[in-house]
Amino acid sequence: MLDTATNTFEPWNDPAATPLIEFNGVTKRFGEFTAIDNIDLKIYEREFFALLGPSGCGKTTLMRMLAGFETSTEGVITLEGQDVAPLPPNKRAVNMMFQSYALFPHLTVADNIAFGLKRSDMPKSEIAGRVDEMLSLVQLTPFAKRKPHQISGGQRQRVALARSLAKAPKLLLLDEPLGALDKKLRQETQFELMDIQEKTGTTFVIVTHDQEEAMTVASRVAVMDHGKLIQVDTPDRIYETPNSVYVADFIGEVNLIKGKASPNGAGKVTIHWAEGQPALLGSTEETLGDGTDVTFAIRPEKISIAKQRPEAANVVEGTILDIAYLGNISTYYVKLSTGQTIKAQTANNRRISRRSFTWEDTVYLSWTDTAGIILTR
Amino acid sequence: MRRLSWFNVTSLTLGFAFLYIPILILVIYSFNESRLVTVWAGFSTKWYGTLLQNQAFLDAATVTLKVGVISSTIATILGTMAAYVMVRGGRFFGRTLFSGMIYAPLVMPEVITGLSLLLLFIAIGLDRGIFTIVLAHATFSMCYVSVVVSSRLVSFDKSLEEAALDLGCTPFDAFKSVTLPIIAPAVISGWLLAFTLSLDDLVIASFAAGPSSTTLPIKIYSAVRLGVTPEINALSTIMIGIVAFGVITASLVSKRNIARIKRDEQNALK
Repeated sequence: MLDTATNTFEPWNDPAATPLIEFNGVTKRFGEFTAIDNIDLKIYEREFFALLGPSGCGKTTLMRMLAGFETSTEGVITLEGQDVAPLPPNKRAVNMMFQSYALFPHLTVADNIAFGLKRSDMPKSEIAGRVDEMLSLVQLTPFAKRKPHQISGGQRQRVALARSLAKAPKLLLLDEPLGALDKKLRQETQFELMDIQEKTGTTFVIVTHDQEEAMTVASRVAVMDHGKLIQVDTPDRIYETPNSVYVADFIGEVNLIKGKASPNGAGKVTIHWAEGQPALLGSTEETLGDGTDVTFAIRPEKISIAKQRPEAANVVEGTILDIAYLGNISTYYVKLSTGQTIKAQTANNRRISRRSFTWEDTVYLSWTDTAGIILTR
Repeated sequence: MRRLSWFNVTSLTLGFAFLYIPILILVIYSFNESRLVTVWAGFSTKWYGTLLQNQAFLDAATVTLKVGVISSTIATILGTMAAYVMVRGGRFFGRTLFSGMIYAPLVMPEVITGLSLLLLFIAIGLDRGIFTIVLAHATFSMCYVSVVVSSRLVSFDKSLEEAALDLGCTPFDAFKSVTLPIIAPAVISGWLLAFTLSLDDLVIASFAAGPSSTTLPIKIYSAVRLGVTPEINALSTIMIGIVAFGVITASLVSKRNIARIKRDEQNALK
């Protein structure tokens, strides 16, 4: 629990904190196919935890194991210290919000929300009150008597959320909850979700393939690939200090430059990457051997673009190949003499008619020696 | 509206003539005054009157209805269960064999089904009567029910059942309170199909029937062998009326449901 509002919420850094969920060497195989490969993971109470990865990476299987629809081939999953393996889905204090919402079409909105309550220990007299409470939480009170096909997609999504929260589960699983909504509604709903999570204090685990969504809502993000957890960290650390080329490339846009590192003390590294090009200066906390193969990763927004050669730790010269104008920002695709294309991003704080660069311009790209990150895997 | 081309008009006319002229003639002759079926002697409903006084026909009709209701109910329960196992059971040992065998009676000649049932009843010493006809009809109409129900189950979102389990249902409770209400239209049309099949089955019934359990088709068939009477025309007309009423009602109801759901969805998206 949080003592004061000023305390940051990061139980994963507290060795004394007991996790709500713990995966211990969990593996799941479907015949020959390994969907989940020896995963260790701790998720804490009140977390908003995102499982992020491309389709087929095992994130949904991981979630379905928590719900009880799949059992692990090896390893143990515990919920509040108890092994969940012998518990069927209907005996777990876990509820799930399905990607398709799975609203019961033959029941009204109110009856959908009451469905789980009628099968719990809750006395009959209290059910109606709880349903009203949930309806007002998701702002659907006027729609209580409608059937699911009589309300809009966004409203259905909120009914599904209310239904899965009605039993006050210890853990709520959300399987691509916003996938069926259009972009604008999705952004609004993301904030609603965070708001509801905060109000109810429930632990949320969300599965998504949308990295923006994961970054927006989650307290921690687990990036998955081929059944393995590649990195589990807070959104800012996932973005700023990815631990691998895979994570750097999967989250946001990035320039990847392959080269050989030679350390020159105090955490500074020189990277030789192409004949005739000045070596790049970077920094790392790792100790690298001389000549280690590394990938230098730098985000486009950390690169400055200028017509005159600036004074900076790293400067490269190239010509503008393409400009992607996105309204708020522009991405410049700059071709170097090595043939490599580097993306640089600038905020369009001027009107487009007064833009300083255009196609075929010769420009200088520059960045500091701490702007990028050096990756060894 | 698009105008129909001469080709479409011709094929429509030919098709409908082919289908309905025999039935139409039968219906017209059921109102014939004359005792001779082939000679028209003026309009009359007297054969409907004499039909209602014919105890043998009424008994046969009662047997047919009893058999139809009981056998189609049994067939619906068994067929729905079989469909559920095949669609939801996953890959269990012998699944392919099982599903093939469920559909086999669809293509099996009725004479063979009837004969094999007859042999079975004799072998286990079961006296032939209403009970054996019910068993026989349930056996052969069950596969039709399971075809109808499984085609509905295939398009049924499995996450609905998972949601029910997730919200605290036991598997049976989930089936009863979520799956069954949603597939109910398919189960009902399966029942109607089984009932219709039982109503007009002659071949299998004649193998399974005993002396005290003559069904209407058997009765009509044996009566026709002594000559077609206007009474039989009247009886057939009544049966056609009942079947047509059922079919038209069912299709109107489902059409209206679909229209209502579509309208509601459009309203919701406004």
